[in-house]
Amino acid sequence: MRALLPLALTTLLLAACGSQPPAPEQNPAGVESRSPSGVSTAPIGQGQPDAFDPTSAAALKDPRSPLSKRSVYFDYDSYVVKDEFQSLLAAHGKFLAANPKFKMLIQGNADERGSREYNLALGQKRADAVRKALALLGARDEQIEAVSLGEEKPACTDASEDCWGKNRRGDILYSGEF
Amino acid sequence: MKFQRLVLACLATLALGSAQAQLTVEITGAGANRLPVAIADFTGERIVAQALTSVVRADLERSGLFRMIDAGVPLADSATPPFADLKAKGADAITGGTVGMAADGRYEVRVRLSDVLKQAVIGNQAYAHTGSQLRATGHRIADFVYEKLTGEPGVFSTRIAYVVKSTGRYELQIADADGGNAQAALASREPIISPAWSPDGGKLAYVSFEAKKPVVYVHDLASGRRHVAANFKGSNSAPTWSPDGKKLAVVLTKDGGSQLYMVNADGSGVSRVASSSGIDTEPRWSPDGQFIYFTSDRGGSPQIYRIPVTGGAAERITFEGSYNVTPRPSPDGKSLAFIARSSGRFQLALMDLATKQTQVLTDSAKDESPSFAPNGRMILYATEIGGRGVLAAVSSDGRVKQKLSVQAADVREPAWGPLVR
Repeated sequence: MRALLPLALTTLLLAACGSQPPAPEQNPAGVESRSPSGVSTAPIGQGQPDAFDPTSAAALKDPRSPLSKRSVYFDYDSYVVKDEFQSLLAAHGKFLAANPKFKMLIQGNADERGSREYNLALGQKRADAVRKALALLGARDEQIEAVSLGEEKPACTDASEDCWGKNRRGDILYSGEF
Repeated sequence: MKFQRLVLACLATLALGSAQAQLTVEITGAGANRLPVAIADFTGERIVAQALTSVVRADLERSGLFRMIDAGVPLADSATPPFADLKAKGADAITGGTVGMAADGRYEVRVRLSDVLKQAVIGNQAYAHTGSQLRATGHRIADFVYEKLTGEPGVFSTRIAYVVKSTGRYELQIADADGGNAQAALASREPIISPAWSPDGGKLAYVSFEAKKPVVYVHDLASGRRHVAANFKGSNSAPTWSPDGKKLAVVLTKDGGSQLYMVNADGSGVSRVASSSGIDTEPRWSPDGQFIYFTSDRGGSPQIYRIPVTGGAAERITFEGSYNVTPRPSPDGKSLAFIARSSGRFQLALMDLATKQTQVLTDSAKDESPSFAPNGRMILYATEIGGRGVLAAVSSDGRVKQKLSVQAADVREPAWGPLVR
């Protein structure tokens, strides 16, 4: 069950992460190559309702596992991972170390205030902070890509501090989820 | 005559309203000393001539620099204008014209601009166009009148790019500078930001999130074809063209942190421009090609710096306040538009680079993405009115103000295209 990723897909993902200019016309490295249909993690873990292995793929979606929690929240204009998220990241770091074939996309986000491009850079700092924490926990560089969505994909769209706080975050996605 | 013009104007408005996501322009402030000028109806093909002169009048009026005087009767280019009558009405200049059909089926327009006080011809101009190019000819006539009367090039024939966001859909649109003729160059379910015109006006570089991460593309407008200009590991963003159109400055995170790089427009030959331990982003070339202005938090807060293109030490440009971003040098290189935050408001500001004197040009609170008209007279920017994204334009002296909006959608990320002769 652990060998979820066919080798071909892994190769595709590696290719999509690398630099590839100039790309062919009208055929950019798009989301298509990253999320081919037919990849599903749904059946995993069925039949074992009472126990789970914290480093198994099943744990990624098991609500009892810290691995099912995927968001790290940040303070305004800050890119320091707060203490309350250290145990969450420790679980993901261990998982990546134990599953070297798994890849992770970390998407950093920012609240809407100010310049879109500067917010993109702030989101990148948040994604990089998550990436560095995971690297210290044993994840390898080639497993992780840290990117930013800036203020473009808000989880919440009200103009309030509560809402902005939800948008200042890093989201963790695993192979097959992006 | 007036009634007919009114009916035509109403028809034109209806036609615009029915077009999807049409950008409409509203004048919200005008210059202090507007030049009184009369644009007479042209003689010839009546419907064509009136549609033409209404474009010319609307362009000149929208600039905030002219006040329209009713000429009363149609005037051919070759006819002597009723100078005494025009002088009595207060007009300083008068434009007459003639529209005719050429042998090849195209329209021919001849225009004469005259000085009312001196009773002398200022200039003559002739145009040939097909029926579908009517508005384009109107803009060119307005450019002619504008340049003759102000000494600066007009920008009525230029185009603007911007992003329209409706529910679950992003469109990169290109329109005439008056918002007419809007066309979508790209439609996507994922965000599109930071469009930047190539100096020849033929291409746009932009950032698209269609690959679940920011990737820089270069899009050829005439063919609709595009290629990836930067897709390295991490984020790729903030493209801007070198004045010669050969290179792009971009922001990449492939080596850790958001840092400035240069690539050839085809995506080859990446090289680093500057290094810092913090954020460096929003690069913009100075018009002379010698410097790159950019935003950096290397001093603890986001401020504007510039660095020689050939390398060297970065020089800090902004000092007031704790958030100054999105530098945009004016076309003459003498001033710098940027967004400054004060008391929680993000406002468009303009700095005289020689004296470092800064003036806030707006009274709004969420200004973003300023973009100079190629003659430097107006600055187009994104802002928010009533919770909705709109574009606005303000003259560099802060007097002339316009609002450009699309019904039931957010408009953002404006970029004013170059002069194309």
